Amino acid sequence: MTERRNGEGLPQDKAMTNSIGAGSPEDVGQGVGEASELAEEATVGAGRRESGKTSFPAFDTHHPPDKALIDECVHCGFCLPTCPTYVLFGEEMDSPRGRIYLMNKGLEEEPLNDQMVRHFDLCLGCMACVTACPAGVQYEKLIEATRAQVERRYERSPEDKAFREMIFNLFPYPNRLRLAAAPMKLYQRFGIGSRLRKAGIMDRLPARVRAMEALLPEVPKEEKIPETTPPAGEKRRRVGILTGCVQRVFFSRVNAATVRVLAAEGCEVVAPAGQGCCGALSTHAGREEESLNFARKTIDTFEEYDLDNVIVNAAGCGSTMKEYGHLLRDDPEYAERAKEFSAKVKDVTEFLQELGPVAERHPLPVSVAYHDACHLAHAQGIRSQPRQSLKQIPGMDVREIREAEICCGSAGIYNMVEPEAASELGERKAKNVLAAGAQMLVTANPGCTLQIRASLKKLGQDMPMAHPVEVVDASLRGEPVETLLQR
Amino acid sequence: MERTQLISTMESILGPEGVIHEREQLRTYECDGLMNYRVIPDLVVLPESAGQVQQIVRVCYEEGIPFVARGSGTGLSGGALPVESGILIVLARMRRILDVDIPNQRVTVEPGVVNLWVTQEVASEGYFYAPDPSSQLVSSIGGNFAENSGGVHCLKYGFTTNHVTGAEVVLPDGSVAHIGGGKAPDEPGYDLLGAFVGSEGTLGIATKITLRIVRTPESVRTLIAAFEDTEKAGGAVSGIIGSGCVPAGIEMMDSLTLEAVEEAVHPHYPECGALLLVELDGPEAEVENQFEQVIKICEENGSSEIRVAKDDAERALFWKGRKAAFGAMGRIANDYYVQDGVIPRTELPAVLKKISDLSAEYGLRVANVFHAGDGNLHPLVLYDNNNEGEAERAEELAGEIIRACLEHGGSLTGEHGIGEDKKKYMPDMFTADDLNVMQLLRCAFDPHHLCNPGKVFPTPRLCAERPGPFRVHPLQEAGLAEMF
Ligand SMILES: Cc1cc2nc3c(=O)[nH]c(=O)nc-3n(C[C@H](O)[C@H](O)[C@H](O)COP(=O)(O)OP(=O)(O)OC[C@H]3O[C@@H](n4cnc5c(N)ncnc54)[C@H](O)[C@@H]3O)c2cc1C
Ligand code: SF4
Ligand code: SF4
Repeated sequence: MTERRNGEGLPQDKAMTNSIGAGSPEDVGQGVGEASELAEEATVGAGRRESGKTSFPAFDTHHPPDKALIDECVHCGFCLPTCPTYVLFGEEMDSPRGRIYLMNKGLEEEPLNDQMVRHFDLCLGCMACVTACPAGVQYEKLIEATRAQVERRYERSPEDKAFREMIFNLFPYPNRLRLAAAPMKLYQRFGIGSRLRKAGIMDRLPARVRAMEALLPEVPKEEKIPETTPPAGEKRRRVGILTGCVQRVFFSRVNAATVRVLAAEGCEVVAPAGQGCCGALSTHAGREEESLNFARKTIDTFEEYDLDNVIVNAAGCGSTMKEYGHLLRDDPEYAERAKEFSAKVKDVTEFLQELGPVAERHPLPVSVAYHDACHLAHAQGIRSQPRQSLKQIPGMDVREIREAEICCGSAGIYNMVEPEAASELGERKAKNVLAAGAQMLVTANPGCTLQIRASLKKLGQDMPMAHPVEVVDASLRGEPVETLLQR
Repeated sequence: MERTQLISTMESILGPEGVIHEREQLRTYECDGLMNYRVIPDLVVLPESAGQVQQIVRVCYEEGIPFVARGSGTGLSGGALPVESGILIVLARMRRILDVDIPNQRVTVEPGVVNLWVTQEVASEGYFYAPDPSSQLVSSIGGNFAENSGGVHCLKYGFTTNHVTGAEVVLPDGSVAHIGGGKAPDEPGYDLLGAFVGSEGTLGIATKITLRIVRTPESVRTLIAAFEDTEKAGGAVSGIIGSGCVPAGIEMMDSLTLEAVEEAVHPHYPECGALLLVELDGPEAEVENQFEQVIKICEENGSSEIRVAKDDAERALFWKGRKAAFGAMGRIANDYYVQDGVIPRTELPAVLKKISDLSAEYGLRVANVFHAGDGNLHPLVLYDNNNEGEAERAEELAGEIIRACLEHGGSLTGEHGIGEDKKKYMPDMFTADDLNVMQLLRCAFDPHHLCNPGKVFPTPRLCAERPGPFRVHPLQEAGLAEMF
């Protein structure tokens, strides 16, 4: 067996790898190695948490996966090689093509049972398949509809249900999250272990809670941001910023950097105090009502300020907020407003590139590996803007990571509910990150940062990590490289 | 053997993670890239080594269970369509690159390795794997081997068969044969490799394949040329080939195809009735010289616009449109049916005319994509499966198209294979004797018809039968078998 090499630089290679369905040279398949042993078991055999309950027909009439969208799939298989679960398991049911096929069967002939749900649950929602698909299949809409049906119609095992409830009572609420991640063990604080032991349903839970613990770092001191920050010099835009949940608790410095950079580029920045969760985690998990409520509340909050744009620095949040128009399409009171709101949402680097840089960048002689967050690259098609933002800094050496298009396994709550598959993907990503040989890692999603850091740690490694906007901030402020490398 | 017993036998070979037996899961394997035919397999097995494949096949042989190999399931002729009460052997987990021998220009891979990975593996050494089906990003070398796949660069470099130098094959009786694979350019004995490549999984299952890689050309230049219609573009193709130049590829797309790919991957092609994509590669000076000539010929044939790729990015964009063409049909139609006829280049205008007449007659749109250099046509018949009877009409129309190709001295398939889908047309192309010869070869390897049975040949031939004048077969006489 040989190591796969990076074919950088050869026209033949680049053009070939580039040829199909991919949006840009950065998101093209780099080839895949051996099948994963552990993960195979996770999908076909062991580790199944079955409830034994079946619903027929699989889907009800409230937004089933849309037949017209399913029919757009021509079964060509081009989406297989970049689907992380296909990469791990090598099976049709755990590929986008297979999942779409199952949705279709669910519409017509087959019930919603443990098998089906298993394969939908294993989908990371990374949307690599959307990038790869030449037919333009809108998988994001299909899986969102399917997940909502699963949550409504399928009865999960008590253990699975309890764990999911716990996550959704925790993550969307920064205050609870801050508490939970305090030095005391989460496990103990919530008394989860003993509660479940009493109920006699320990099963896989310890692995999941352990995965969660491994992921969450200690809470750093919060860098507060003012509710309004004036622009430096002439005002070019008035923008709002979403401070997020995980971002606010673990990466408040990213929010602070975002505010400084936006202000330096001529924006008046408003950080509405009353804002809550944008609903991304709930949306991606099919918790429809909850997610719609979060969406409505977010719209209400930001509408109060007269904003040109709403800036988001967490990929997962941004992709959901751009979907509000679709999510709230049935709500007469909100449908139009949601559409308008979504149109204003911009990822921070997307916005910076649109605006065009005016503030002076000081040199930062450092090599960085840029990791594409799925919800930025695949879900929002934002690949060049963060790279561009980095390359505008003199002295910066921006490197690509092999298999850039394959998810790191973070995927919202995925690394907590499917720790085995996620940890394999994480390790794979960590190795590829190391192979890029850069001094630090730059990525635009808090989930990815946590996941890759935890995965590197398992390999006995660590690396400085930052959000692109932090790097831009460091350059604007003329910070020395050493400060940046301490992150 | 009872099903439950078969499952446990397979599980003892592969472990539980290598055996799929739940109905919903099996259903995702009921068809390959061609959705018109569906059969739910009895079991799907996912071996990870040649040894496991051998054990599986041995059980099948002993128990008389039919089996079908499957790679990535992108085949367009139903070659990997399961057989009822049969086992589907999926090679997708056998995806290791086993050996790279740069000095001898050889790469040995397991069958599940994806075509493009081979080039990626050797690109930094200045080599590439030439056969490049549009599905190269996903289709497996095993599938390419079985289908003798080709692609845009096969005009100059040849098909898969020209690039396979050896294989390890598990034969239908569970024995393992090594064919070819030596480092000498030619080996004594029968050219079995020639028989196996393109045999569509009917002679055995390849578990290891050795490929020849070639040097990355010094220079590559690519252009697109817009024409008013396919006829003018066809004229340019004849002109280019006639001038003695052998391009690395010449592809043609008609206006309907252009509409779909524009929507799918936004290559920003010029608006026109037909587009040619021409690529030349080789030594710098030669390419330079011939490129000028190609441009001149396009102009002489009335090209309204010629664009030369400025850099790799633009070249990639040109190709991206072409390579995404089939998948892009999803943008303008619910379903499509691909044909894969080959015609002599000179017959192109006549056949295209015929296709357009047929399209009008059936009231179904047909988009045309060609490997124009070697006359390999891919008419895509667009239809909507949700409309009663439209699928059948589409198939009929596709059949008419293929007959038109045969009438003009062409062939049934250029690269997608016969499989399930085109076997009924085989007698249109071959005489009974021709087919008998082929069947005899098959019977030599698979006397019990267990290995991908029912594919390629219109009538299953009973192997005990000798070629010659028709005699009632003993099994038939005994009422145990039927001849069609
Ligand atoms: C969008 C699209 C574009 C395409 N473009 C092209 C093209 O340009 N040129 C071209 O030639 N084809 C093309 N194809 C067809 C297809 O991709 C090829 O036939 C390819 O070689 C099939 O590979 P696979 O791994 O998907 O094989 P499968 O579809 O899984 O199997 C194909 C056949 O190979 C047999 N087989 C698979 N593995 C083995 C093995 N290890 N040993 C023995 N038999 C085996 C199967 O039994 C079956 O008969 C295209 C398909 C699609 C969907
Ligand atoms: S979203 Fe990601 S994990 Fe899910 S099917 Fe698509 S590529 Fe696979
Ligand atoms: S989702 Fe797209 S890429 Fe995947 S099989 Fe369907 S059409 Fe092909």
